[in-house]
Amino acid sequence: MVGTRQYPDEPSGPFPSPPTTVEDREGRSIEVRAPDEFATEALDDVVDMYLEFDPSDRAQGIPPTGEDRIRNWLETIGEDSINVVARHDGDAIGHAMLVPDSDDPAAIERKSEIEWELAIFVLQAYQRAGIGTLLLENLLGHASDIGISRVWLTVERWNNPAIALYERVGFEATGTKSFEQEMAILLEGED
Amino acid sequence: MNVLLGLGGSDESVKTLRQTIERTQDVGDDLTVVIVDKPESKRSQDETYQMAVDRLKDVGLDEITVKKLEGDPGSALVNYAEQGEFDQLVIGGGTLSPMGKIQLGPITEFVLLNAPTTVKLVR
Repeated sequence: MVGTRQYPDEPSGPFPSPPTTVEDREGRSIEVRAPDEFATEALDDVVDMYLEFDPSDRAQGIPPTGEDRIRNWLETIGEDSINVVARHDGDAIGHAMLVPDSDDPAAIERKSEIEWELAIFVLQAYQRAGIGTLLLENLLGHASDIGISRVWLTVERWNNPAIALYERVGFEATGTKSFEQEMAILLEGED
Repeated sequence: MNVLLGLGGSDESVKTLRQTIERTQDVGDDLTVVIVDKPESKRSQDETYQMAVDRLKDVGLDEITVKKLEGDPGSALVNYAEQGEFDQLVIGGGTLSPMGKIQLGPITEFVLLNAPTTVKLVR
């Protein structure tokens, strides 16, 4: 699986890194952080966020519904994942993450050599306020800081607002054509 | 019911074959198995063909037709389904990305949009 995807020739960046606090377009103060340890610092709050998530905004089966299934999903992908959480008044209202393509621990250590799948979710009441872009850019900035260079995602082909957002930060469509559009971005290195 | 099962050679195909064999045994469907030519698959067309023949033999379903189809997988499957008297075309129901997202490939999309029969996706 590794090495088969097409990445843009030109790297994208630099992107801002967490932590940061900004005012969204509705005047709300939004704090973005990358927790050092997701399981202890953010997991419970993110589970609460997904419990509030409108199931009509699910994409390709995620997030799952019901607390047990949500927790199980986050714990399964959580161990090796890279997470950025947006909060308003302490509550998690947005979550973006990268999950490695590999489950080999040695490979995951060498972050620049493997590919990372991206997903991002923002609670309905906080959409269309610039938080998606904020989260996405901070996740990519954090990823670049820790040495990740290749990030990909799939998005439902008819989801034009999401595709436009991904294109704005530097994602390009790859060759794969089906119900999902696959997109990929190459991140600037540290140096 | 007269069922056509299409296999491509991925792990998804192995699961789809197992579930379809169980279903065939449970309800006594008529089954035909076709193996498409999908060069990017984990298993070659010959390996997948042999796997299907062996699994069917293991459960005593030796009389079931297993056939290799040449050419573009999606159109070969749909053509074959169109020419027979099939009630249902069964294919794999997609793979899961590392994130847990369901992914349907281009063959699945072609089959769903073009098959004249009911299509079943096995998960």
